[in-house]
Amino acid sequence: MTAPASTIAASTGATILPFAESLAKAGARDMRPLRLITCGSVDDGKSTLIGRLLWDTKAVKEDQAVTLARDSGGQNDLGLPDFALLLDGLQAEREQGITIDVAYRYFATDRRSFIVADTPGHEQYTRNMATGASTADLAVLLADARVGLLEQTRRHATIAALMGIRQFVLAVNKIDLVGYDKAIFEQISHDFRQFAQGLGIRQITAIPMSALKGENVVFPAGNGAMPWYDGPTLVEALELATVRSAQAGGFRLPVQRVSRPGESFRGYQGTVSGGAVRPGDSVAILPSGTVANVKQIVTFDLVRNAAVAGDAVTLVLDRQVDVSRGDMIVSIDVQPMTGLHFDGHLVALQPGGIEPGKRYWLKSGTRRQRVMIEPVSQLELSTGNWLPHASTLAMNAIGKVRLSFQEQAIFDTYEQNRSTGAFILIDPDTLNTVAGGMITAKREDFGGIEIHRDGERVILSLPADLAEQLMATDIFLKRRNETEIRRVTAAQAVEFFSDAASDI
Amino acid sequence: MPLSAQETEVKNPPVSRPPLDPHLKALENEAIHIFREVAAEFENPVMLYSIGKDSSVLLHLARKAFFPGRVPFPLLHVDTTWKFREMIEFRNEIAEKYDLDLVVHSNPRGKAENITPFTHGSSIYTDIMKTEALRQALDAGGYDAAFGGARRDEEASRAKERIYSFRTPDHKWDPRNQRPELWNIYNGMIKKGESVRAFPLSNWTEVDIWRYIQAEDIPLVPLYYAAERPYVERDGMMILAEDPRLELLPGEEVQHGMIRFRTLGCFPLTGAIRSSATTLEEVIAELEIATVSERQGRAIDRDQSGSMEKKKREGYF
Repeated sequence: MTAPASTIAASTGATILPFAESLAKAGARDMRPLRLITCGSVDDGKSTLIGRLLWDTKAVKEDQAVTLARDSGGQNDLGLPDFALLLDGLQAEREQGITIDVAYRYFATDRRSFIVADTPGHEQYTRNMATGASTADLAVLLADARVGLLEQTRRHATIAALMGIRQFVLAVNKIDLVGYDKAIFEQISHDFRQFAQGLGIRQITAIPMSALKGENVVFPAGNGAMPWYDGPTLVEALELATVRSAQAGGFRLPVQRVSRPGESFRGYQGTVSGGAVRPGDSVAILPSGTVANVKQIVTFDLVRNAAVAGDAVTLVLDRQVDVSRGDMIVSIDVQPMTGLHFDGHLVALQPGGIEPGKRYWLKSGTRRQRVMIEPVSQLELSTGNWLPHASTLAMNAIGKVRLSFQEQAIFDTYEQNRSTGAFILIDPDTLNTVAGGMITAKREDFGGIEIHRDGERVILSLPADLAEQLMATDIFLKRRNETEIRRVTAAQAVEFFSDAASDI
Repeated sequence: MPLSAQETEVKNPPVSRPPLDPHLKALENEAIHIFREVAAEFENPVMLYSIGKDSSVLLHLARKAFFPGRVPFPLLHVDTTWKFREMIEFRNEIAEKYDLDLVVHSNPRGKAENITPFTHGSSIYTDIMKTEALRQALDAGGYDAAFGGARRDEEASRAKERIYSFRTPDHKWDPRNQRPELWNIYNGMIKKGESVRAFPLSNWTEVDIWRYIQAEDIPLVPLYYAAERPYVERDGMMILAEDPRLELLPGEEVQHGMIRFRTLGCFPLTGAIRSSATTLEEVIAELEIATVSERQGRAIDRDQSGSMEKKKREGYF
């Protein structure tokens, strides 16, 4: 057996295909991997698109291709195997012919490497889409050129935007099946841009393509199929995308563990999740608020003169302070929010949904604490409207919620920091992950209940939500004429409370 | 009270390597984060150490994650007793060099019932000497978390496996009921008897592994490099012929040639490839033009599609 390209040859008699990947591929990559998510409705051709990406970037190895050819029991009319089989890895999926979970795929070009979260198109698996979107820098949204935007496509765009994705590629697929019609492509692009504007998405690249034929995926369409299109192929668009960085903003280091290999060394280990730090910087340890200076940034390779977002490091401080796992070391001048009450969005991930009043575990960064969730409204995915809602958020529901803690919680808004603004909820009974959430704001801390006497009457000052619940009870309604309801703003309430306090 | 400078200062080595490129650095950071998170949240973690290249990378990352401390958990090697001789030598050297706690376990049934890959076939043999042995060792150690070097690009069923992959008390994996994993927030809460397999290399590809070995100068078992070695051809695989327990079948003869291994397992089940790559650079160059996936040399995966998923459900790593 001869193998002209190299001396490698598998003993099974596998032959070397006549292409050779560029050696430049193995050279240093000057960019971090781009994480992307692919979404779209069932039958938009998503599996075919990813299969095409893997195939044309040579990420499919020969023996995998052989298995593929065998399992697809034949080939399609282009002589290519059924790419979907390459992707649907679990037997249950093969049997059902649908994709039921998030799968991660890897491919690379000379310029960059990519991690694709391949998520299902079925509505009941919206939670998996949210999972895939949580780590993605960019979303590729598929639309079938024959049918345009579907409700499911809009849902996925909405979820992706909510999860913080700001870069979108609209892949108008199966353009060959509409005769490469420019007007159709432009109409779908226009529809999407209009819809996306409402979501606050501005960075959109629309590309007409045929995933099946490989047109405008990795290679441009040939034979003058689309002379009217001179934009990038999908891969070119992906190569140009930016990787989200949390380097702007204040320094954040959620402490994972304290390293004490001996009496002489105490370091705080964690991954920088925002900003940057240098030796000599003043930092605060939250929630205690203790202040110290950074003495050293230790790594296995060398003692560093700076650490930036993403770096896994060990910090040594200049004095002995009480720091433990779950604490956050932050820049002294740009601190995150601390408090007991926050607002957020969350996606319910499990069949039981999210129950109001139940005490869940919340994990954010390295901090785990008890939390009460109160749903306020729910997103109607088909319209993008928030509808008032106060009961259980069912699986796949996206809700606005209020979070109440017993101990100080530490957050940035998700908008400001995708790491310190994110959290998961864990069911205390099943210990399963039941929701993913994003902090939108800190709520004013006037959640306390105050009572004081005013002559014969008792004045009870309650947070609005609690007041509403009380007023809805039978006992309250029966004695409605004995009470007086005053609605005040948060600022007025704070003033009211301080006045009341000084009275007593 | 401030500590004295002398007590806490960590000094830079006199010569340091050039920094990693951003791609590898991002993968390294992610792996270190996972190591620290598991070590902090679980009571009794262990690292599964298979001596192969992925394990070597995994061990290197563990040492980095806990520096300047030592690796705070033991390494577990499930020894089928049919590993390559050079693997065992390498394992012992590494354990001593890096001051590691090494736990080695072999299924006593192997010896008692004389179970070999030749007499029992790859499927039964793997079941007993790998899957069952692993369960025995994990139960004996009472480990609630086990690090593994699996990567999602290796095999279709792995592509959907979480970084924290849950196992029932009898070590079963339920691929259809995995916990969602969002951002880099891992849910490490488990019930008594349950455990987690943690995969810090999930997002690495084979090329990443090799480039990292090169960049970090990580020592490997020499079998990864081509050398003149004795082998026999059997079932379309080149089997290393150095162990006296390998009995030649009629028609077989020992041949000699420049060969190396892309993965290392049990020598009777691991096929070599012809190669002249004697250095890391040459191995990587070969890799770049290779079109055969690395698991291709393994008899285990070949039976049928979905074979790995089936094994994993039953508790294979």
